[in-house]
Amino acid sequence: MKQQLRCEKLKTAQEAVEMIREGDVLLVGGFGLCGTPFTLIDTISESNHAKNLTIISNNLGEAGKGLGKLLISKHIKKATGSYFTSNRDAVKAWKAGELEIELIPQGTLAEAIRAGGAGIAGFYTKTAVGTKLAEDKEERIFDGERYIFIRSLKGNVALIKAAKADTLGNLVYSRTARNFNPIMATAADLVIAEVDVIVEVGSLDPEHIVTPHSYVDVVVMNDRYEKVGGEYVERKK
Amino acid sequence: MLSEKNRDESFYKIRIAKRIARELQPHTVVNLGVGIPTLIQNYLNPEQNVYLQSENGLLGMGPTPPKEEIDMDLISASKHPITLGVGSSIFSSSDSFVMIRGGHIDVAVLGALQVSGKGEIANWAVPGQDILGVGGAMDLVASAKKIIVAITHLTKNQKPKIVEALNYPTSGIRTAEMIVTEKAVFTINQGELFLREVAEDSSLEEVRHFTEANFIVSDDMIYSYN
Repeated sequence: MKQQLRCEKLKTAQEAVEMIREGDVLLVGGFGLCGTPFTLIDTISESNHAKNLTIISNNLGEAGKGLGKLLISKHIKKATGSYFTSNRDAVKAWKAGELEIELIPQGTLAEAIRAGGAGIAGFYTKTAVGTKLAEDKEERIFDGERYIFIRSLKGNVALIKAAKADTLGNLVYSRTARNFNPIMATAADLVIAEVDVIVEVGSLDPEHIVTPHSYVDVVVMNDRYEKVGGEYVERKK
Repeated sequence: MLSEKNRDESFYKIRIAKRIARELQPHTVVNLGVGIPTLIQNYLNPEQNVYLQSENGLLGMGPTPPKEEIDMDLISASKHPITLGVGSSIFSSSDSFVMIRGGHIDVAVLGALQVSGKGEIANWAVPGQDILGVGGAMDLVASAKKIIVAITHLTKNQKPKIVEALNYPTSGIRTAEMIVTEKAVFTINQGELFLREVAEDSSLEEVRHFTEANFIVSDDMIYSYN
C-alpha cells in the first residue's frame, strides 16, 4: 500500500493550501490542462482564504476546468502567461475589468521563470522585438541584432504536478505533462507538488529524476482525479 | 452550398500542406504551427525523416492515436492527443525554447493573418480585438533558421493576405523565407518577393489580381502542383 510509505513532506491538500496567503504570487504548472495540479486548484477554489492571487501560468486552464475554477471562485486578481484566449471566462473577466492580464511570449515566460529559479535578475532576448509586447522594454544591440530586456519571474508558492514522487520528494513527470512544472519547482519560496503515486526512495533511477527532492517542500496526493480514457476526470465521491 | 465551399477550402489547405511537405529536407527539425501547418504531418514520407518539434516539450511527435490509445498527458501545442515517434524525447518548456530561441529549429511552418511583401509576419493579433494570446508565435518567428508561411491566398472576406505593408500587429522584425498558398509559391530574398510557382488551376493574371504586394516573376517560374 502506497499510503503506508513514510513521506515526511506529505500533507493533505487542505493543509498545503492553508500555507498560501492572501495576495501571493503563485506559479502554477501546466500547458492547457496537461500537467495541471487539479486537486490543489480545486481545494483552493473551495476555500475562502488566499484571495487576490497573482497567477503565473501559461494559460488559465479552460472554462470551469483547472485554473478556470479559480476564476469562477474569484481568487485571481492578475494572470501572467502566454495564452488566455482558450478560456472564455478569462476573456470575459478581463473585459469586465475583474482580471488584470500580462501577456508574455511562451518562450520568454519559460526563460523568465528559469532565470528566476537560477538567481538571474533578467536577460536579453530577440523574441518580440519590434512588436506591441516590447513597447515598454529596454532595447540593446548585441552583435548587430536587436534584443529586449526581460526581468525574471519568481513566486511565493509553486503548485506543480508530477506523475510520481519518491518518499524523499524526488519527482518524475509523465510525457508532455512535464512542461512548465520542473522550472516552476525552482522559482518559488514554497513548492507544493501534487503527485499520482508515491514510491519508496531508491526505487527511482537517479538518471530519470527530473526534479531533485531539495526543490520540493510539500507533497500532496492527487486524490480527486483519475484517468479515464486517457483524460483526468473527477472521481465520484 | 456551404458544404461545397468547405470542401473546396479543405482541398486547397491539403494542397498547401502537400507542397510544403515536399519542401522539407531529410533529417531536419521542424516545428508546425497551428492551422494549415498541422496538416503537413499527414503528407510526410517516413523516409523523409523529418523530426517534428512541439513547443510544449517534445521532439519526435508521432501521428494522432486511435481513440482507445489517447493519453492526455501526451498532447501537441494545439492541445490535441498525439503519439511518441521512434527516437522521440521529452523536455521542459524552458528546454523547448532553448531549442527554438537558440536557433536549433531548421524550419518553422507558420500560419498567418497577413504577410508583407518583405516577408514580415502578422500571426497573433487582430486590430480592434482583444489581445490575450500569443503562445510561442513570436519565439518561432524570431529564431527558426527558416520560416515558411502556410496560408490561403485570401481571407474569408476575399481580401489578399499578402500585402504591401502589414496593418495587423507584427509578430517580429524577422521575415519569412517562403510563402505557400493554394495559388502560388513565393520566396523572399533581401526584402523582395519572388513568384516561383503558380498552381495549374490558377494563372499569373489571377495571382497578380489577388496579391496586393508587388512581386517579381522569377525567371524560372513554373506551373506546378500536385
